[in-house]
Amino acid sequence: MNTTYLNAFHHAEGGNMVDFAGWEMPINYGSQINEHNLVRQEVGVFDVSHMAVFDLKGDNQISFLEKLLPNNINKIKSLKKALYSPLLNYKGGILDDLIVYHLGDSNFRLVSNCATREQNKKWFNEIASEFNVEVDFKSDYSIIALQGPSSKAILDKLIQTNIKNFEVYTDSNLMIAGTGYTGEKGFEIISDKTKGEEIWHEIINHGVKPIGLAARDTLRLEAGLNLYGSDMTEENHPYDSNLSWTVDLKSKDRDFIGRDALQTKTDSPNILCGFYTNERGVLRSGAKISYEGGSGTITSGTWSPTFKKNIGLCRIDRNHPNEGRAFLRDKEINLFFCETNFLKYLK
Amino acid sequence: MADIPNNLKFLDSHEWARLEDDGTVTVGISDHAQELLGDIVFVELPDIGKNIAKKGDIAVVESVKAASDVYSPVSGEITEINEVLNDNPEIINASPYDEGWFFKIKPQDIEELANLLDSEAYKKVSES
Repeated sequence: MNTTYLNAFHHAEGGNMVDFAGWEMPINYGSQINEHNLVRQEVGVFDVSHMAVFDLKGDNQISFLEKLLPNNINKIKSLKKALYSPLLNYKGGILDDLIVYHLGDSNFRLVSNCATREQNKKWFNEIASEFNVEVDFKSDYSIIALQGPSSKAILDKLIQTNIKNFEVYTDSNLMIAGTGYTGEKGFEIISDKTKGEEIWHEIINHGVKPIGLAARDTLRLEAGLNLYGSDMTEENHPYDSNLSWTVDLKSKDRDFIGRDALQTKTDSPNILCGFYTNERGVLRSGAKISYEGGSGTITSGTWSPTFKKNIGLCRIDRNHPNEGRAFLRDKEINLFFCETNFLKYLK
Repeated sequence: MADIPNNLKFLDSHEWARLEDDGTVTVGISDHAQELLGDIVFVELPDIGKNIAKKGDIAVVESVKAASDVYSPVSGEITEINEVLNDNPEIINASPYDEGWFFKIKPQDIEELANLLDSEAYKKVSES
């Protein structure tokens, strides 16, 4: 199994290790609820070095990214910022989602999911060759996510920067960006593993607790952030996945992959919607739900540590009523549909 | 892993049973089971008076991660449930062999207890 350079640390900290897409990663270090609450209320640090880092080289990086991504790279091209985008096939189906970082000058970095790394490597290389762009896959890079309301105070002890949400700081091969996957203020720190190890231990020495992937999942779901492979797959497209905001059709001459196919999907009958229930039990991914006039499927469902109830995402008709039903162990449960960002909706 | 109390008997599906002085049998889930489940957020307990067969599913324990059936180690009638678990299911994580018990049974046949795994045998099951 693959391991990150922090594997020995996770074991020593009592991490419960699981196979995550071929990587041995900590699911929790004891209690995922305590870890979740630490990130919501204070700060926590995640090792997410299993994710894939690709650095681009060559003069035509912008043209390549204009072709590759439905979101428009020109929004960040000279700003040293980060941009979220899905990755589409020619049918408009979602192959993955990623963040592209502008590193300065005309250099960009892509960070995508773990399970899709080989597929992406092939896809990026295929498209990049048309633009004479080289894709440098960083197989042993460190990605550390420092997340939570106190994350800036901790970062200040390491390095003086003024970066705000979605901004990028670089210093030789160290990159710090105001991004994350928790719905909290936070930073993602990318470097080689030697520098990564130094930073990780410095953060831990400031009293920050390591957080496992289970809490990462409940944190992202409370913030209404999609998980690739669960809330969206190749069978979905941005318009049925709450991602219409990532499709930039404004500049008519930007011919990105999937553009033609998406023109017919803008008023997709299905949407990704939030749900919650006040009843006991947890409706999970794959559960069927019904409502007056239709039915749908839960794509992610969990018990929310912040709101102390079952929340999740489901794919249902765009024109749905406010309430629905689902079965949990032969018991009928009433649920309410809502916006996907539970942190705003349920607070 | 914490020591497994040697006055308990086990099913290989991780439930424990303890014979009390009044002849009832208290049932819960093992430390190993709560560790596998992670943070427990709900339990569904049986109704008092319900009759259950040995290895019949009688309760549900649900963690953030997954839901799991709880089986009865012996046949008999439910005489008491641990209502504290309805509001504080996390005590199963904190105290699986003591405060985190699920229910008590008036056993139909006390000999059934003898056929369950002892703590040594269960230790082997949970480590395999």
